[in-house]
Amino acid sequence: MSKPHALIVSGLAKSFTMHLRGDIELPVISGADFVLTCGQCAVLGGPSGAGKSSILKMLYGNYAVNAGSIVVRHRGRETDLAGAEPRKILEIRRETIGYVSQFLRVMPRVSALDVVAEPLVFSGAGREEAARRAAGLLQRLNLPERLWALPPATFSGGEQQRINIARGFITDHSILLLDEPTASLDAANRAVVLQMIAEKKAAGVALLGIFHDADVRDAVADTIIDVTGFAPDRRAA
Amino acid sequence: MNIAAPQASALQDDSIEQPLLSVRSLTRYYGTRIGCADISFDIWPGEVLAIVGESGSGKTTLLNCISTRLPPTSGTVSYSMRDGVLHDLFKLREADRRFLLRTDWGFVHQNPADGLRMAASAGANVGERLMAVGDRHYGHIRETAIDWLDRVEIDAGRIDDQPRAFSGGMRQRLQIARNLVTAPRLVFMDEPTGGLDVSVQARLLDLLRGLVNDLGLAVIIVTHDLAVARLLSHRMIVMKDGRVVEQGLTDRLLDDPQAPYTQLLVSSILQG
Repeated sequence: MSKPHALIVSGLAKSFTMHLRGDIELPVISGADFVLTCGQCAVLGGPSGAGKSSILKMLYGNYAVNAGSIVVRHRGRETDLAGAEPRKILEIRRETIGYVSQFLRVMPRVSALDVVAEPLVFSGAGREEAARRAAGLLQRLNLPERLWALPPATFSGGEQQRINIARGFITDHSILLLDEPTASLDAANRAVVLQMIAEKKAAGVALLGIFHDADVRDAVADTIIDVTGFAPDRRAA
Repeated sequence: MNIAAPQASALQDDSIEQPLLSVRSLTRYYGTRIGCADISFDIWPGEVLAIVGESGSGKTTLLNCISTRLPPTSGTVSYSMRDGVLHDLFKLREADRRFLLRTDWGFVHQNPADGLRMAASAGANVGERLMAVGDRHYGHIRETAIDWLDRVEIDAGRIDDQPRAFSGGMRQRLQIARNLVTAPRLVFMDEPTGGLDVSVQARLLDLLRGLVNDLGLAVIIVTHDLAVARLLSHRMIVMKDGRVVEQGLTDRLLDDPQAPYTQLLVSSILQG
């Protein structure tokens, strides 16, 4: 029996209109079709500039969608993210779709531990429980305990990325989007992240990621989605 | 990616199908000149909405109309009162409206001197609004005032000092305490970090962000600073010449602006 789908993308298209550059039309993606399956990790493949990040951003609601649908299973119902109200998108982010971005946007005075615990608090968990799980993740990702109480602004790139990963992995969201989560990690920490991804899969989470490192990609990918297949017809542009 | 903006509190769910505040076709003329025109939006409990635009875009006119400080030329503003019913604010009795402003709402002015009584003590500034909701117990009022000074990081030892002896940043924090002490459901803020030094601004923004998260407040904040909007708001309305050019999710408007004017605003942000 095949596993259920967590998210179905059909006919997805995206282009940018640069109004400050004489209204130039910049098509990025057209006719994208793919599904994310519960308990599997799909990886977006293709060269830089093919639109991998744009797809992730549309799935998280950061980019508007020009055409097509992104149907996600949310609160037991199928909801189209492409046309959803801002309030609905925020609700979906809080409960269903998690995101690990490439860079951490830091808050001046919020401690690393609180940054990690935050999404869990927002999804309704108690503060103590959230702090306990945050500490567990930071421990696993080998972030020295003396840093936990400090705001991550002055941390190194690798330390900030581990905060970001912990923040993305702390919730029990059923879909997780990963934008190069292992890019600035050493081998030991990369192995921890691979293990964490495997655990998410085992828990039935559907993952979609961008990984430039071929070893990482081979280790996590159940399917590769070739983004070059979604290239817009540039002759028409 | 979404670390900057506080998330709407978990309290907000499908069971609350009614907005807290609902604005429809709101228009305000000054003579024949447009202040703001044909503005419609809703705000739900726990949501932070930023109204952005440059000077003269009509954002302060809009804020003053929806907070009933200025009557609109046409259009309606409805508010879900504690009885759960949406009331047209401009049809309320003056006394009811004043009570709303003193208790269920807050208004944080850009200049703290407009929102504080500068010749009263810090404690009295906070306690006054508690008395407006019927608290008469001196010990309790003072205790609550001390607690709120602490929450906005003002030393309890300053409780008997007048705000004119305070720095600009402290005055602004005191104004925030004065507004939040009655546990309002909706707070209006007009450029709350304007006129403050950058380091003082950052501290105030952190503080506001924490309070908004902890209290599940709905906030309508007017700002010309997109960084403030990014940090604090879930949704954003972009205004120009009195009209809405674009509205939507804050990070989408900043990452993928559609309207030419929003693209201009976003492209003008200095990269940090």
